[in-house]
Amino acid sequence: MRRLTRLCLVPIAGLAAAIEVEAAEGPSPQPTSADLALIDAVTFGVSPSSVEAFRAVGAEKWLQGQLLPAANLRMPPAAQAQIDALPMTHRTALELAVEVGAQGRAAGLISDMSQRAAAQQVNQQTMSDIARQAVTRTILRALYAPDQLRERMTWFWFNHFNVHQYNANLRVLVGDYEDHAIRAHALGRFRDLLEATLRHPAMLRYLDNADNAVGHINENYAREIMELHTMGVGSGYTQKDVEELARILTGVGIDMKPDDPKLKPEWQAQLKRDGLFEFNPARHDYGDKVLLGHTVKGTGFDEVEQALDILCHQPATATHISRELAIYFVGDDPPAALVTRMAQSFTQSDGDIAKVLDTLFHSPEFKASLGTHFKDPVQYVFSAMRLAYDDKVILNTAPIVNWLNRLAEGLYNHQTPDGYSMISSTWSGPGQMTTRFEIARQIGSSQAGLFKPPTPDAVEQPAFPLLQNALYFGVLRQSLGPATRTALDQATSPQDWNTLFLSSPEFMH
Amino acid sequence: MHLDRRDLLKAMLALAPSTIAGRVWAAPQTDARLLMVFLRGAYDAANVVIPVSSDFYYASRPNLAIARPNPATPNPNAALSLDRDWGLHPALRDTILPLFTKGQVAFVPFAGTDDVSRSHFETQDTIELGQNVNDTRDYRSGFMARLAANLTRSRPIAFTDQMPLIFQGGEAVPNIAINSVGKPAIDDRQSRLITAMYQGKPLAASVQEGFKVRDDVYHTVTDHMMEASRGAVSPKGFELSARRIGHLMSDQFNLGFVDVGGWDTHVNQGGATGYLADRIAELGRGLAGFAEEIGPAWSKTVVVVVSEFGRTFRENGNRGTDHGHGSVYWVLGGGLKGGRLVGEQVRVDQPQLFQNRDYPVLTDYRMLIGGLLQRMYGLDNGNLQKIFASVEPKDLGLL
Repeated sequence: MRRLTRLCLVPIAGLAAAIEVEAAEGPSPQPTSADLALIDAVTFGVSPSSVEAFRAVGAEKWLQGQLLPAANLRMPPAAQAQIDALPMTHRTALELAVEVGAQGRAAGLISDMSQRAAAQQVNQQTMSDIARQAVTRTILRALYAPDQLRERMTWFWFNHFNVHQYNANLRVLVGDYEDHAIRAHALGRFRDLLEATLRHPAMLRYLDNADNAVGHINENYAREIMELHTMGVGSGYTQKDVEELARILTGVGIDMKPDDPKLKPEWQAQLKRDGLFEFNPARHDYGDKVLLGHTVKGTGFDEVEQALDILCHQPATATHISRELAIYFVGDDPPAALVTRMAQSFTQSDGDIAKVLDTLFHSPEFKASLGTHFKDPVQYVFSAMRLAYDDKVILNTAPIVNWLNRLAEGLYNHQTPDGYSMISSTWSGPGQMTTRFEIARQIGSSQAGLFKPPTPDAVEQPAFPLLQNALYFGVLRQSLGPATRTALDQATSPQDWNTLFLSSPEFMH
Repeated sequence: MHLDRRDLLKAMLALAPSTIAGRVWAAPQTDARLLMVFLRGAYDAANVVIPVSSDFYYASRPNLAIARPNPATPNPNAALSLDRDWGLHPALRDTILPLFTKGQVAFVPFAGTDDVSRSHFETQDTIELGQNVNDTRDYRSGFMARLAANLTRSRPIAFTDQMPLIFQGGEAVPNIAINSVGKPAIDDRQSRLITAMYQGKPLAASVQEGFKVRDDVYHTVTDHMMEASRGAVSPKGFELSARRIGHLMSDQFNLGFVDVGGWDTHVNQGGATGYLADRIAELGRGLAGFAEEIGPAWSKTVVVVVSEFGRTFRENGNRGTDHGHGSVYWVLGGGLKGGRLVGEQVRVDQPQLFQNRDYPVLTDYRMLIGGLLQRMYGLDNGNLQKIFASVEPKDLGLL
């Protein structure tokens, strides 16, 4: 009680200002260990060029640039060219799904069993190839995009609204889902993000709402929206609320056919289509519903809009989202006071994600946590790559895909809708630590094939990871403990030194 | 005031992972070993443990049914007789049938879960979590993790490339992709230097244990491969995995999990020969190989084979079967009182089908496993409740 009262008396802006004072405005001559820890916490890892960008504008301006990225930010041309060369980036989800679906159906009609099996295998390979292109784009953005926080939030929200690539035809849809439903709203409004996932065929397929129709209720998605996506488990909604939301969601589905469904005249105006998304009034339950105490009149798709408004305005949603963000950026057990202030930002800003993050990044709790948070495998691999190779753009993402899979945090690979664990103990088990050390060696010794294009007869381009750079001698070395320094002094080669440095407890956090 | 409460909470949290108060110290069989084998994809139990006395079975599967055993006219494609009502798939003639004859295998027909979603995804989770199906799921609490936490001297390991749900929560459990054990590239000198960097740090134990497990597994697997290569064709797939697992569980680990995929046979599953026959033969070779490799410890070992659900009792229009409900689980072990079908049974006939399509579930997986755990580790009801809450264990007299 006392704590709450005190909290209300402290103006939030004042708190933020108090922190800002420490980071002097304008270019800073020499970044400090604290600066590097801040960059490390906000991005996919510190790199010489990210430190340059930070130094050029100073801490606060840099942070604001991450929260509200300028429209003119560009990827390094060598990375952008690789993304542009991926055929899938020029196709819509609708085109891809229709094409691959037709290929699969044609294969199924072949009467000769061995020919059918061969054609079905080609169909599987087509789907896998589309997903592989999407993964490549994600990795290149994560490593080289200047708007790093957007890329981290893209990963975070994908995991929050998780779908699994090996479900149905999701390998075809997952890249579009990530790009249009998630990334486009990663720093925007939570309400827009939630609706974008709801209107995406990847989500509608994965959580079965495509099969949810009046008289054939499937409550899978309705439950997960409340349990995972908005309010959080045990936050007060009932089984009845799940059933009512499922009824509201009837008719929200997927349609691959070019022609509109046949509808009674009075329903025709109610039909909604957008790519693969369809709201089909003939499948909708037009009865009235009561969701979380609010009456929702049976009116069609507008019920879904109302339901999302109701869910986004629940205090439980503000708290649940804030707590997840705090775990991701601060660590396993975020202080309740921090979560409370973030939830206030969420509510006051009507779910503006950048505002909530602003509160988080300016909190004393965040500052106190810098350098203590154990990296999950994605953060570990990306940060090692960024530090080791900086903006020298890799030519093959396959080794990284393989490392993330070996570390059991592969992209688009989590089966269950709850996403990968945010809790550090999930990732620090004995077998997982030794796998990290093996990967540290591969990254540190430049023999992983990162600079060998994924084409036949390609020749590996020479590139050596430069970990002992000016950044290391200028700043990083100061943050190493005596045990790590002693071990590094015994390195027998640059490769060996790299392996040990990337294996050190300091680099794991 | 609030500081005190927070400190207290912190202290409690710090204590929680290392507490040993709740553990079983006086387990009668501390050298017991348990391997869970999960057949992901729902294997077609009715065509592997075959209800040979049921005319309804033969009527329901005109293309898939396995012929009745007939001693008068030996037929290599006929079922192998288990008892009056049940036969075994002929692909298991040289592997599982001999173990059954020795009493080291028991089959539990009409086994499964109370999850009726018929979703692989849902029901695999249901089993791995081992929680009440209507409660809110805690995805951070698999039942083997709870078992490991409630046993002393447990050495758990997942023989899978990703940490399975069944071992989530609790202390860190090593997981090893057993079919792709490579030579560690981090050499001894580097291992020593890395271990030294972690000295006194929170992850020191994990790092040390990691190098130990890695070396143990690598040496066991390579020594074993050298022995094995003197003999016949080297085993592949699940047989290779299972033999390696047997070796590792003979002395280093005592609580294991492995999964085998490829059972979702909607089309052209075959009968006495064909796709499913090949899969089941490989499973049989694997389990028999495991029993061989684990050596003398086989007498203290229990293997439980489960799958998320059974398949439709009637074949579908594509010479396959669709998602069903009840399955047949297997229990194996050197000290088993097996050689029989156990658990409640009903006549295999149309009126007995669940929703007129599937085997009913008469033996719940948690009652079955709970009953085995109780015997193996001498767990009292209180301890068992920590693994399977509000479940009454069923003692089928197998141990």
